Amino acid sequence: MTDTLTPVLTANWGDKAPWKIAEYEKQGGYDALRKALTMTQDEVMNAVKDSGLRGRGGAGFPTGMKWSFVPQSNPNPKYLVVNGDESEPGTCKDIPLMMATPHTLVEGVIIASYAIRAHHAFIYIRGEVLHVHRRMQQAVRDAYAKGYLGKNILGSGYDLDVVVHAGAGAYICGEETALLDSLEGRRGQPRLRPPFPAVAGLYASPTVVNNVESIASVPSIIANGPAWFASMGTEKSKGYGIYSLSGHVTNPGQYEAPLGITLRELIKLAGGMRNGHELKFFTPGGSSTQILTKEHLDLPLDFDSVAAAGSLLGTRALQIFDETTSVVRTTLRWIEFYKHESCGKCTPCREGNWWLVQMLKKFEAGHASEGDLDKMLDVASNIGGRSFCALADGAVACLQSAVKEFRSEFEAGTHTPAWELFPYEKSALFAASERTAVAASHTSLSTSEAGEGAEEDAKVTAPPPLLNARDADEVVVAEAEAAGDIPTQLNEVFEPKTNDEGGRA
Amino acid sequence: MSVDAKPAAAVEKSDLVSVFIDGTEVKVPKGTMAIRAAELIGIAIPRFCDHPLLDPMGACRQCLVEVPDAGNGRGFPKPQASCTLEVAPGMKIDTQLTSPVAAKAQQGMIELLLINHPLDCPICDKGGECPLQNQAMANGPGESRYGGVKRTFPKPVSISSQILLDRERCVLCARCTRFSEQIAGDPFIALVERGALQQVGIYEEHPYDSYFSGNVVQICPVGALTSADYRFQSRPFDLVSTVTTCEHCASGCQLRTDQRHFQVKRRLAGDLPEVNEEWNCDRGRFAFLYGRGDDRITTPLVREDGVLRAASWPEAIDVAVAGLKAAGSAVGVLPGGRLTLENAYGYAKFARTVLGTNNIDHRSRPGSAEELAFLASEVAGGTSVSYADLEAAKKVVLVCFEPEEESPIVFLRLRKAMRKKGLKVVALAPYLTNGNAKLSAELVGVAPGGEAAALASLETDADTVILVGERAATSPGTLAACTGLAKASGAKLAWIPRRAGEVGAIQAGCLPTVLPGGRTLDAGARVDLQAAWGVGSLPEKPGLDADGIIAGLASGSLKAAIVGGVQPTDFADAEAVRSALEGAPFVISLETRVSEVTERADVVFPVVLVESQAGTYVNWEGRRGRVNRVIRDNRVAMTDLRVLAALADAMGRDLGVRQTGQALAELDELGAWTDRPTAKYPAAKAPAKASGLVLASWRQLIDGSASNAGSDALLATAHAPVVRLSPASAAKVEAANGDPVVLSAGGKHVTLPLVIEPTMVDGVAWLPGNYFTGSIGELAVSPGASVTVTRGGVK
Repeated sequence: MTDTLTPVLTANWGDKAPWKIAEYEKQGGYDALRKALTMTQDEVMNAVKDSGLRGRGGAGFPTGMKWSFVPQSNPNPKYLVVNGDESEPGTCKDIPLMMATPHTLVEGVIIASYAIRAHHAFIYIRGEVLHVHRRMQQAVRDAYAKGYLGKNILGSGYDLDVVVHAGAGAYICGEETALLDSLEGRRGQPRLRPPFPAVAGLYASPTVVNNVESIASVPSIIANGPAWFASMGTEKSKGYGIYSLSGHVTNPGQYEAPLGITLRELIKLAGGMRNGHELKFFTPGGSSTQILTKEHLDLPLDFDSVAAAGSLLGTRALQIFDETTSVVRTTLRWIEFYKHESCGKCTPCREGNWWLVQMLKKFEAGHASEGDLDKMLDVASNIGGRSFCALADGAVACLQSAVKEFRSEFEAGTHTPAWELFPYEKSALFAASERTAVAASHTSLSTSEAGEGAEEDAKVTAPPPLLNARDADEVVVAEAEAAGDIPTQLNEVFEPKTNDEGGRA
Repeated sequence: MSVDAKPAAAVEKSDLVSVFIDGTEVKVPKGTMAIRAAELIGIAIPRFCDHPLLDPMGACRQCLVEVPDAGNGRGFPKPQASCTLEVAPGMKIDTQLTSPVAAKAQQGMIELLLINHPLDCPICDKGGECPLQNQAMANGPGESRYGGVKRTFPKPVSISSQILLDRERCVLCARCTRFSEQIAGDPFIALVERGALQQVGIYEEHPYDSYFSGNVVQICPVGALTSADYRFQSRPFDLVSTVTTCEHCASGCQLRTDQRHFQVKRRLAGDLPEVNEEWNCDRGRFAFLYGRGDDRITTPLVREDGVLRAASWPEAIDVAVAGLKAAGSAVGVLPGGRLTLENAYGYAKFARTVLGTNNIDHRSRPGSAEELAFLASEVAGGTSVSYADLEAAKKVVLVCFEPEEESPIVFLRLRKAMRKKGLKVVALAPYLTNGNAKLSAELVGVAPGGEAAALASLETDADTVILVGERAATSPGTLAACTGLAKASGAKLAWIPRRAGEVGAIQAGCLPTVLPGGRTLDAGARVDLQAAWGVGSLPEKPGLDADGIIAGLASGSLKAAIVGGVQPTDFADAEAVRSALEGAPFVISLETRVSEVTERADVVFPVVLVESQAGTYVNWEGRRGRVNRVIRDNRVAMTDLRVLAALADAMGRDLGVRQTGQALAELDELGAWTDRPTAKYPAAKAPAKASGLVLASWRQLIDGSASNAGSDALLATAHAPVVRLSPASAAKVEAANGDPVVLSAGGKHVTLPLVIEPTMVDGVAWLPGNYFTGSIGELAVSPGASVTVTRGGVK
């Protein structure tokens, strides 16, 4: 197999305890910071501009240009806010990154803050991932202890304080202005723009909000130069990125590759589709992006090519579904997510997703009527492009594209339940009886992914990977997660009550 | 002269932006939102969250329009919310009238809003005047395609004793929460939960505690917020609406009063941009039930064998005339501060032409000779400061004036200026009150009596407005200092009394040294008035002020009194007023309800309620607010003016005016006397060194005032009476927050819970002017008096 992978961010993930600062330094960690501090702030900013790095949080806005929008004439303090509220269904790159090599992010934060002349930076992590929050906090503590943070960093005269902040668990807080509201202690709801955060963001001061992966990419750009970074990827989508493959592939996981890699190559890297199955559809960048089908196996997965195909590269969260999957059921689960995560600020998103769930349930149960499909599409057209922020756009994108690609499956919803057409146990990764055994193996799989494997443990005096001596209860969390994760992949239909609101009086 | 100076008009013109709405060109000021620009050419874009006086939100998405050209040749790919879309030169905006995209987007939004909205319009208070109902009819799809079960909530929830919330009706437009946060500064309601569960909520058990809470009912675009008083009282289409002016304070709010079956059902804030914009306070909105109790007087009463009995009008007039004739000119007139301009004029003219005395004073509150001089020179001839001046000022100084409690619409305007124009408010007060904190005011801590000294060290200029309240009468030297400061620095000065009738009474001549139109007692002004009134002579000597009249009645030098709407508890010494009225040989009372005055009167004439008469209130700006009759009262039709005219007739003198319109016309014909006297302020006596604590006090907006009677839901929102002390003073008393403390003065005392105010000036004790069970007049003290505070209860 030709090696199409370019591990940069993920290069050390397989090492022993790569999250430790000593390990990170051994790999050349914080050298980029030393280099950056010898450069002027504008040189750092230009290097990132020249590299062509585009935001890795989904929208793909050029990172260096975003930095240059910060009005340096504004007397208010400047802030860097790292968006680590990774919550999109299918997206799973920032959390493993912060878990495995948190110092990459810390180093990136320092360099980015230096470039935009910020003296305060915030890392906003979604609330549910307590173990990642703790690991980031420890990393920041270690960086302070080593003089990478605080006053007069490495004798350069530059000061920076970093706060690691846990959200309360809301998808909407991944929207940058809602994130800023949440960070200020308010309820996370998107703000009216303009003013844009670069002008009046956190505490009404100039603020840069960047994705975790964008910031984590900065040290490599400084260390190896913008030309090195730009040598990877495509004309307009330069560099590398983490592709997260989930679903019906043999080896789901994170694959770091130059932008423009195709799904065919990625599936090959992931060991092919699940045994004996073939690709039916996939999301290129999480559930908010229009689904694509096997026609697009050779589509270069870069910003422009995917956009030209009518979807979005998004966060490169490739959810892969094989032919056993009911697209009706999949769409319903996604819309249920959006209904639950709608912040409630604007009408179309709040009421529309609430209605769409009800309609889709009828399709799933085979109870839809003639005309319901057109009605649903019409309602969707009254939601998409009408909402306050992009949340509702993402919601209807998956629905509209699903109907476009698989209309007949929705039409079947007028007479046959989805579970008869696509028996759900067939699309489950594990049979229900295997649940217990799988839960155990999942835990050990996690450990062997993070470390080299159990056979080396004898030689290692440090605690086993994932078993951080300081945070023994991380294991508990990990186990609970593992145990909690698996049932949702099985045939357990989660039925949120549609009319339970009265209980909130 | 500068060459690049442009005429004002040219500058204004260059700020205009030309946009095309549905193909029609309209020029609007830069920064205008598209929805406002459309209104200017008569295009109504449907909306829910948008409100011209609230910050834009863009939440309901109802006002979507298509923008084929943003002014740069490129259009927006998606429909835009016109309430958050700032116009740009050359922008093309297509509304629902011309754009199928906008029309579909709006219809879709109405449909979405209605899927979870109950169809209970037939029993909803808003049905018939409901923006959702109206816009669903005008801009909605007509029929819903929704077939599911609607979201429901238990209903209603009381968010305060006055305001009720039906959550399932709410369209989550956030008008109420934005009003509370932005306009009133009381962010005690907020949107909570998320998604379809989002709802308006309060913090646990803390009610929505705001003096302006009624406004959220009025601006709610659905029937989600209702008031306890009006809920299920009427259908909007059964109401008869009358535009009128509020009788409660000197702010001068325009009201829309709605009656059904000859009973006032509700009062709404009127739309008067120059004064109250579209807001009013809860007292103005909800305190209109005071005339409905058993205490309403409907026939004349005459005292016989010590007991009041009903009498006919002729009999009562005969008794009154006999009493007045016996007294000659040894009569005192106390009209009170709540009269319309016309009624006040009736008292002023009656005193001079029928009784032949200047013994008239409308001030039923602590007053002073210094204040009288100030009012005669600075207020009686008209004032020149307006709400617009407050908004344009760079700095406003508050002296003996607590805007939120004493003139709530002034408070709202100051808050608006603070938020939008960076107004700086400086408060000379004993502590930083909640109201002043909401104005981001800088506190200059002064004990009552120290205002004059504090004023001396204030920096003011021509962009400053000094607002001085009626309490300044109790702080010697303050009004003189204010006048001096304004003259020296060019600052504007305005006097803001509490009561709605005070400025009118002063202009009408209800002061012992002021004749109608602000005329003085000088020969020139007096002769002018004599000629106008066609009388041979007018009394030359200054009359007795209110305190003098009370003292005269007590000493027997005055033989009779004519008393209007006056409460003894409002005077500096309530007991002195009571005993003076009891001891007076003859007392005539003109009242709407049984009071402590009618109980001591020899003759009582019933007069009509404000809601049943026409007239004029003059607010603190000197602006006239028209009072229109809302309902006819078939039992009592006589105004104070009409009663006085009848008395004059029976006395053999013609008052010359008997109807409201005549009085106003005559007063206008007299005109304002432009030759203003220079106030000769008496030398301020240094306040006596207080032996105990210095009393600070003012009336709270919602207190035991007679005009709040009957409005139980409103009274339940009153701020509980407390005693406030500084931390050091509290430590001396050894009392903590909430402990009962006893405030004593001259052998009288009141026990109330203690609140420790961190910003309170040491040595000052604050007590509300009226604490429901009594008033500071009951304690016979005024602000600045010496009181003692001890810890009460069992330790």
